[in-house]
Amino acid sequence: MTIRPDPTFHASPRLAMEAAPETFAYTVLLCPDFSKPDALAVIDVDPKSGDYGNIVHQITMPNTGDEFHHFGWNACSSALSPLTGHAHQERRFLIIPGLRSSRIYIVDTHPHPTKAKIHKIIEPEEVFAKTGYSRPHTVHCGPEGIYISTLGGGGADGTDGPPGVFIMDCETFDILGRWEIERGPQEKHYDFWWNLPRDYMVSSEWALPPQFEGGIVPEELLSNKYGHTLHFWDLRERRHAQSIDIGANHQMSLEVRPAHDPTREYGFLGVVVDTTNLEGSIWTWWRDNGKFHAEKTATIPAEPADADDLPELLKGFGAVPPLVTDIDLSMDDRFLYVACWGTGEMRQYDVSDPRKPELTGSVHIGGITRKTPHPNGNPFGGGPQMVEISRDSKRVYFTNSLYSTWDQQFYPDGLPGAQVLAHAGETGGLTIAEDYWVDFPDGYAAHQIRLEGGDCSTDSFCYPSV
Amino acid sequence: MTLGGNDWQTELWFAVILSGLYHGISPGMGWPLAVSAGLMDKQPAAVLRALGPLAAGHFAAMAIILMPFALLTMALTWQREIQLASALLVIGFGTYLLINRRHPRFLARIPPHRLALWSFLIAIAHGAGLMLVPIYLGICSTVADAGHAAAGTLMNNTLVMAVVVSAIHTAAMIGAGGVIAWAVYRYLGLTFISKSWFNLDIVWALTLIGVGLISLAALA
Repeated sequence: MTIRPDPTFHASPRLAMEAAPETFAYTVLLCPDFSKPDALAVIDVDPKSGDYGNIVHQITMPNTGDEFHHFGWNACSSALSPLTGHAHQERRFLIIPGLRSSRIYIVDTHPHPTKAKIHKIIEPEEVFAKTGYSRPHTVHCGPEGIYISTLGGGGADGTDGPPGVFIMDCETFDILGRWEIERGPQEKHYDFWWNLPRDYMVSSEWALPPQFEGGIVPEELLSNKYGHTLHFWDLRERRHAQSIDIGANHQMSLEVRPAHDPTREYGFLGVVVDTTNLEGSIWTWWRDNGKFHAEKTATIPAEPADADDLPELLKGFGAVPPLVTDIDLSMDDRFLYVACWGTGEMRQYDVSDPRKPELTGSVHIGGITRKTPHPNGNPFGGGPQMVEISRDSKRVYFTNSLYSTWDQQFYPDGLPGAQVLAHAGETGGLTIAEDYWVDFPDGYAAHQIRLEGGDCSTDSFCYPSV
Repeated sequence: MTLGGNDWQTELWFAVILSGLYHGISPGMGWPLAVSAGLMDKQPAAVLRALGPLAAGHFAAMAIILMPFALLTMALTWQREIQLASALLVIGFGTYLLINRRHPRFLARIPPHRLALWSFLIAIAHGAGLMLVPIYLGICSTVADAGHAAAGTLMNNTLVMAVVVSAIHTAAMIGAGGVIAWAVYRYLGLTFISKSWFNLDIVWALTLIGVGLISLAALA
């Protein structure tokens, strides 16, 4: 408890944009062959620092095989909600789930990012016992504490019952139990986010654990068995309100990015692959008179390629799918960034008109066949994947790993961890910064990035920008 | 002397208003919701519209806490003991809030559009009504002193007094909160919310204890 709200809490997205730029980034590192423990890297991102782009601190976990993936803060700007009455938390702890192990690490970033240390470890058995869920994924802080989505239900392979969301106390980090009172037809899970004043949650679907843990299962994909439904929930009532099936050919509906300004009742969804033509797609969803709608608003075509240049998995298709594996929306809700992990491209769309995205920028780096090097000459394994945007929305950071077993299928030559930065132009356009390149330790892949003081996929705002 | 002698009358009514202003200024009692309503609906009138249910909820929370004490005041011979017990109750609740600094989690499940319900439950949970009890009992003892009326009339009087005290307190509360909400909405801007939102948890608990102690002292 503090006397005044954490200075990194902002009432509106605009105030967040006006705050001081980030000086540290946190990136989770995973060991793809599980031989070494996963780690959290603290990276200096202050251009004025002599350590710019260097790892200045690293926390190596005490276990192996956790498979770090997504993570989040214990508290964010949502603490300023006029409803909570307790704005006096600190943005201090990182909640880092092991997607494979179901173990959850709480890392204390005080008194300084370079002194971050493990605060608490929640063992998998506790997660199983208290929630009946497994494979924790997305972390958001909200009205009832910390919300964590999961990809698995109970049992060894996580298929005993559907996955869902559970709640954790934001001060003691005790797991409180399942969030849903009524889940309706929801059977798969992936990402979720919400509009707090309008009181709804949106969730998406990737796959059940047997469909991803050992690698992508081509037969399951070609028979459209991966997730393709958006779910809308009544947040405080904890009830399922509506589903939108976007069509079985739209396989793997992943990141959900609502507009940051709570008066804007729309958001976006990235779909990895269309099994009819291998294209990736962007969907816009919106609420109108209490009912939700969704439509496909942008597509990214597959690129033809010689079978010889393709990994085993893709040889039969003679093309590289773009594989839209992550999207992120700038703080002013103007630009949507779309990671095309297969073709090795980061796209920038102007989404001022949310149902008519306009391509305004693109950079190529990595890619299954393109293999575009970084402007500094370094080879970039994999393609643009987890993307994080600075609060002022001028800097776009991204890493290159998707998921251990999938990395090996799509990029069998290996995919050393990399993190790069692209500068966004004031009115659009994207350029990769030549002077920013993070060298990760050997044998580690890099996944999600969190920026000190919040970023564009962390904070939920309770007041509109004025 | 007992609290509520005629010489205390002015101070007690002043305390009713002062506690109202105090509750109104506190962001935890709802003025940020009025700001949010105005901004979300993109119209100034929405700020004022939100104040209605916030006031209604607060008024109900005050009245519902004062009512049992209004009935108790019928027991004229026990008046002193009732005042003593209520002072101890307020001190006890303040001490509880001081030790248990967690906010009740059920409050997080109130839907954002249920402003009156929110305002009611927030005021109850924080003991906002309890803060008024010793003040109210002080005023009632004046009423009791004033007339040697029949029990029925006395109860009527104390019930009316509970409503009057709740109403004046709420008017002061919503007046102060409304002025701040309007100033933030119109002039100060949203930065005021994070800058002005001091953690009043300890001060609030100490206020409850303080009110209880003062009434104990007055009873002595």
